[in-house]
Amino acid sequence: MVMLVVAFVSFSLFNFVGDPINNMVGEETSDEERAELRETLGLTDPIHVQFSRFVVNASKGEFGISYQLRRPVSELISERLPATIELVLVSALIALVSGTLLGVYTGINRKGFLSDIILAISLLGVSLPTFVIGILFIYLFAVILGILPSFGRGEVVYLGFWSTGFLTTTGLKAIILPSVTLSLFQMTYIIRLVRAEMMEILQTDYIKFARARGISENSIHYKHALKNGLIPVITIAGINIGTLIAFSIITETVFQWPGMGFLFIQAVQFVDIPIMSAYLVFIAFVFVMINFIVDILYYFIDPRIRVKAETVSG
Amino acid sequence: MKPKTLIKLVLLIFLSFVSTQSFAKTIKWSMQGDSLTLDPHAQNEGPTTMVSRQIYEALVTRGLDMSIGPQLAKKWATVDPNTWYFYLRDDVKFSNGQKMTAEDVVFSILRAKKPTSDFKEYISTVSSAKAIDDYTVQIKTSKPNPILLNQLSNIFIMSKKWSQENSVINPQNWDDGQETFSATNAMGTGPFKISLREPNTKTIFKRNYKWWGSMKDNKVTEIRLLPIKNAATRVAALLSGELDLVTDAPVQDLARIKSSTGHKVESTAQMRTIFLGMDQSADKLRTGNTGDNPFKKKEVRQALYQAIDIEAIKKKVMRGLSEPAGIITFPGVNGYTKELDKRLPYDVNAAKKLLADAGYPNGFNVELRCPNDRYVNDEAICTAVVGMLGKIGVNVNLFAQTKSKHFKELKDNQGDFYMLGWGVPTLDSHYVFHYLYESGASWNKVNFSNSEVDAAIRVMEGEVDLEKRNASIAKAWKIVKDDISYLPLHHQVISWASKSGLDVPIRPNNEPLFRFASFD
Repeated sequence: MVMLVVAFVSFSLFNFVGDPINNMVGEETSDEERAELRETLGLTDPIHVQFSRFVVNASKGEFGISYQLRRPVSELISERLPATIELVLVSALIALVSGTLLGVYTGINRKGFLSDIILAISLLGVSLPTFVIGILFIYLFAVILGILPSFGRGEVVYLGFWSTGFLTTTGLKAIILPSVTLSLFQMTYIIRLVRAEMMEILQTDYIKFARARGISENSIHYKHALKNGLIPVITIAGINIGTLIAFSIITETVFQWPGMGFLFIQAVQFVDIPIMSAYLVFIAFVFVMINFIVDILYYFIDPRIRVKAETVSG
Repeated sequence: MKPKTLIKLVLLIFLSFVSTQSFAKTIKWSMQGDSLTLDPHAQNEGPTTMVSRQIYEALVTRGLDMSIGPQLAKKWATVDPNTWYFYLRDDVKFSNGQKMTAEDVVFSILRAKKPTSDFKEYISTVSSAKAIDDYTVQIKTSKPNPILLNQLSNIFIMSKKWSQENSVINPQNWDDGQETFSATNAMGTGPFKISLREPNTKTIFKRNYKWWGSMKDNKVTEIRLLPIKNAATRVAALLSGELDLVTDAPVQDLARIKSSTGHKVESTAQMRTIFLGMDQSADKLRTGNTGDNPFKKKEVRQALYQAIDIEAIKKKVMRGLSEPAGIITFPGVNGYTKELDKRLPYDVNAAKKLLADAGYPNGFNVELRCPNDRYVNDEAICTAVVGMLGKIGVNVNLFAQTKSKHFKELKDNQGDFYMLGWGVPTLDSHYVFHYLYESGASWNKVNFSNSEVDAAIRVMEGEVDLEKRNASIAKAWKIVKDDISYLPLHHQVISWASKSGLDVPIRPNNEPLFRFASFD
């Protein structure tokens, strides 16, 4: 149902993005040729006919042929998918690990000088737009210091259909800047979330009780407190992966990262309707799937839901 | 051995080592877009042709100064207005070692005329091509065609044998999304050959040592095309040394690149002129307030013209990178003269008077339509124009939008007053008249119509006597210039940025020719 709504919304948007024909043909093409092309693309059919054709084909995994690149959209997406997935996984990892660590640190040392600095920088992370951060990183690490590449994916190795940049030095170097850029926003979220959780949990009775028992501070922080503090983090992390995929558009454009988001931006500029619709449907699908998985995970992680469900069914 | 000889010997060995070290040089080149296909006849589009031209050659070609000269044909002759003979070089080999003969030329020209070719309209007047002997080709045209050489300079020559072996005797069917061997592989007679192709990421060209010509600088052995979409990233990659040449450096970053040691910027007038159009046939402006169409009066058009301070636009909006224009075509196009390109003077008082004389002392309202992502600083130019016209009482409402909407709505006749830019790939005035001035022409949205101009266009199409033809071009330009059918603004300027040690001559059509590249 959600998918159908997304499909409809994205589809109707395309009526406002302009005429693809002008981008497809040269200035000198005659009006008759334009009309003919419009006819062959099915753009003259009524909207509801176009839409039902789109839904039927999409359910079969067919999104047609890209107007601009003239290749099947499913092929283009599967070609670009590995780049985006690798970027998203690495940045999700960076966001989770460093976000948790910094969150715990600032949660424990609430008044420390270092904590203030971390929080101040993390505030910058949320408030500066991704492309500005990306460009700043490029200028700092590529132009001034000259230690990291400013664009591209480096050398890639093909493992079957999957192209990976993890197996070459240039590939590993190339992923650093874009993944850090992409992770900053999520990292900030996690820092603040973990910090709040930690601060709250450290006030609870069971922590006081543990302290009274003389358990070491480290054990209290990382074993008792963090464990409980992580539950909401895990829930959010799942949804974050979806958001990362969606927000990778800007990062990919800044770093010329050959992923799906970059493909989408190019498609928007060209009014490449098949790619745009396939991409939006794909993102919607990812979100729906992730929500579904998170809901199921919640059931396992949080005992209260399980108990409630059993009471209801019992 | 004397010590002196020994030193000389050691020095010699050392020097030869150093020179082989610096012998092979790679040029890392970037621009916004990439070639769409390597099939030389499947797409008639800028970057696609730029890439193909490094690998493939044509019968004739444009040199650094954009004039037509010999390439695979060493000379040519016409026996009558419809029959051309081309005499080929006999020392040309394809990069696989096979000799190029008249058979290959005939095959390629006919291939470019097939239904799936994007050049079929381009050379539609070619009615037949045949090989007279190994190195002579006869081309017949259906009617006299004065710009045949222009057209042939974009028809690349492929190997017949290679095309047959790889089943690509037909051009790739672009519209159907066909995938062919020729779309991802290329084999031509040019100075470079493709060694790696990853669309939109990386294309590597290696020197073709079987090429018949000579490189300006033998050190250039490899070209890497690395397209980067984002302008800021492209500039950063150049400054960090990851790129050697950027052929579409953004205007706002030129100062930054110039100030960096080790980099330089070169600019030249581009083959595109920017102008404003005014619908002169509607009875009533769609966005006006006077109930009639002021643009029907020449005085009004001239008033608007003289109210635009083009030097201010050049200085403030274009940062010096534009050439004010008096006609809507640029230097290098056949028919262009410096005389024609002179503008009417900027004069606000004269403009006010003209407006009053035409019966609009208080001005009028109109909407100006502009693209905001098509030409250099397009929206900023329009904003400036709005302010300038406001000074003579013409109240302009600016409507700027993305190119795919702007051009569609323009085509749908929705514009009273609009911005347009025009390039001329054939470098002949006919291209301008045919699309912008001929009665009912597809981009003639000012709805200009003049029987004398239409007659002159017929002459341009059929007259092979160049003097007579040029006379009619000159006459047509005079008529349309005096009529002020369009408001010319300026010729766009393009800029290339590169490392200081690298010299790739800049060309008005934005196409680099790496055979003329050299390192200091």
